[in-house]
Amino acid sequence: MKTFPEFIKLDVGIYIDIFVKWLLHNFNWFFDPVKEFMLWILLSVESFLLWLPWWIVILLMFLAGWRVKRLYTGILFAVLVFAIGSFGLWVDMMSTLAIVLVSVLISLIIGLPIGILMSYNDRVAVVFKPILDAMQTMPSFVYLIPAMMLFNLGKVPAVFATIIYSIPPVIRLTDLGIRSVPKEMVEAAQSFGSSYWQTLFKVQLPQSLPSIMTGVNQTTMMALAMVVIASMVGAKGLGMEVLIAINRIDIARGFNAGFSIVILAIIIDRLSQGIADRYKIPDK
Amino acid sequence: MYSMTTKLKIENLTKVFGRNPKSVMKKIRNGISKEAILKETGHTVGIYDVSLEVKKGEIFVIMGLSGSGKSTLIRCLNMLNIPTEGKIFIDGENIVEYNKVKLREFRQKKVAMVFQHFGLFTHRTILKNVEYGLEVRGIPKEERQKIATNNLLIVGLEGYENQYPRQLSGGMRQRVGLARALANDPDILLMDEPFSALDPLIRRDMQLELLDIQSKLKKTIVFITHDVNEAFKLGDRVAVMKDGVIQQIGTPEEILENPASDYISNFVQDVDKSRILQAKNIMFFPSSLVFLKDGPLVAMKEMERSGISSVFVVDNDRKLHGLVTVDDAINAVKERKPLKEILIKNYETVDPDTYIQELIPMTTSSRYPIAVLDHNDKLLGIIPRVSVLSALI
Repeated sequence: MKTFPEFIKLDVGIYIDIFVKWLLHNFNWFFDPVKEFMLWILLSVESFLLWLPWWIVILLMFLAGWRVKRLYTGILFAVLVFAIGSFGLWVDMMSTLAIVLVSVLISLIIGLPIGILMSYNDRVAVVFKPILDAMQTMPSFVYLIPAMMLFNLGKVPAVFATIIYSIPPVIRLTDLGIRSVPKEMVEAAQSFGSSYWQTLFKVQLPQSLPSIMTGVNQTTMMALAMVVIASMVGAKGLGMEVLIAINRIDIARGFNAGFSIVILAIIIDRLSQGIADRYKIPDK
Repeated sequence: MYSMTTKLKIENLTKVFGRNPKSVMKKIRNGISKEAILKETGHTVGIYDVSLEVKKGEIFVIMGLSGSGKSTLIRCLNMLNIPTEGKIFIDGENIVEYNKVKLREFRQKKVAMVFQHFGLFTHRTILKNVEYGLEVRGIPKEERQKIATNNLLIVGLEGYENQYPRQLSGGMRQRVGLARALANDPDILLMDEPFSALDPLIRRDMQLELLDIQSKLKKTIVFITHDVNEAFKLGDRVAVMKDGVIQQIGTPEEILENPASDYISNFVQDVDKSRILQAKNIMFFPSSLVFLKDGPLVAMKEMERSGISSVFVVDNDRKLHGLVTVDDAINAVKERKPLKEILIKNYETVDPDTYIQELIPMTTSSRYPIAVLDHNDKLLGIIPRVSVLSALI
């Protein structure tokens, strides 16, 4: 009597399986061009990053750090990026960066409108909240399998999985940002006869920009955290190095790649946080 | 049906907040209380069956404590709250029936609102805040900057164009709010407790400034406040609201003199009457008057009859010429002097719109009653010194 009755069996996974296979059979005409298009963007970004001479990249890092924060930060960024290069991981860093950049870009393109819709309509919010929860808590390996089936091995399923994992913060914080615009301010905009679009673009979005930028920062950090896992479907980059190190039990190789990821994370975080701070509106 | 002077007319306006406002209308009509409706159905009755008329160019004040429905009412006037039932006519058009496009146009051109907590856009400069309404209307940049700059000048904020709202004090922020509303050149200005968040000294300045601006621009103003003194100081007419219903509408004097309910008389107890009541409200026509053509003997008899020691002397057009005391009259009778030679003029004269506040010092500087004259020096009435003080009690 203590064990759960065996005759009660429910398999939800099988329906997802059927669904994915059905998608695969019937929507190849859709997934193939999407795959091609994403791959093309990815490769363009990556080859552009690799086309840049190494010293230009270091110079740009220095300038970015200096402008966004201060001189010391610029110097630190330059030294840290130089270090990744000297680990012999320059090309891997650029591959990783390309995946992160493209993922974040697509996350924003999809996430911002969804966040805005959620803030405008409580029903949309009610529908999306559990979906976002699922996206954040579902172990990423689980959706890597269908992603792989739909987009084959390589960078594209990696981007797909990265988006699923990293898109929730930008959606949530866009929603939160717009909802926390003071009511009187929105009323003021409406009282002057603003259209929905005018209210959104002239008041609500600028007011919630600090919140949205925090969301962008979070999304970027999560995308970076995803690269190791994304390497399991064959995306080259720093994650792949880690994966190889695990397979060969190679401590040195693992830490070289590990530190590189940490360095990228620190730089991206400080930069995007610095930009986010610029949009802070003191004393609402 | 609409007189030329009616700008805004509200008929049987009701606003209920909740999931299905129409569903509780029957209950309200059957006289079930707000509390019972809230408990039973979860609907809040904001205002119920409000009817009123606002004349062109007047300051109409809606006064009530928090929860009385006054903010709900003013938000119906630009449809920030969509009424559950009733009609709102502005220039004869029922704005409740407006579609989206008409409503936007109405908001852009006819009304503007000033908010309690200013409602300024903190991400925009002062100039860009004032420009907002014009920007929404699609007015070219140069023109709207010119208009905005001009309106900042009207409210005394020139030189602050490129600052942000956070850099300004409360009073200055509300001036921006006012300038922003005026920039659209609306017919109707809706002011939702605009000065409540300001400290008392600044509030007084802003009130005076509003009156000053109003005397120049002659807008129709609907003004919300919970402060009786503010209501009576600014309002040409005042509506008192309680529990979503209008209890009384009238001029400040009417409400002061004939409060419609105990609630209102309680409310107006705190009013500083010396700032509301004017000479015309407390003057009365003298029981005795002497004409210039009469002699000192008539004057003496007249004073004797009424038991007074001085009397005003007027001509046939009731123009005031002076005052005769009983002592001078007796001497004049003895010495056979005409009335003209014994007239004295060291009494105070005021016009009928003088506030009692200003009469108080006069009661100590002169022994005689105060004479109330029109602009032709015609005697309208007198105010004995004791009446000034008794009017304040």
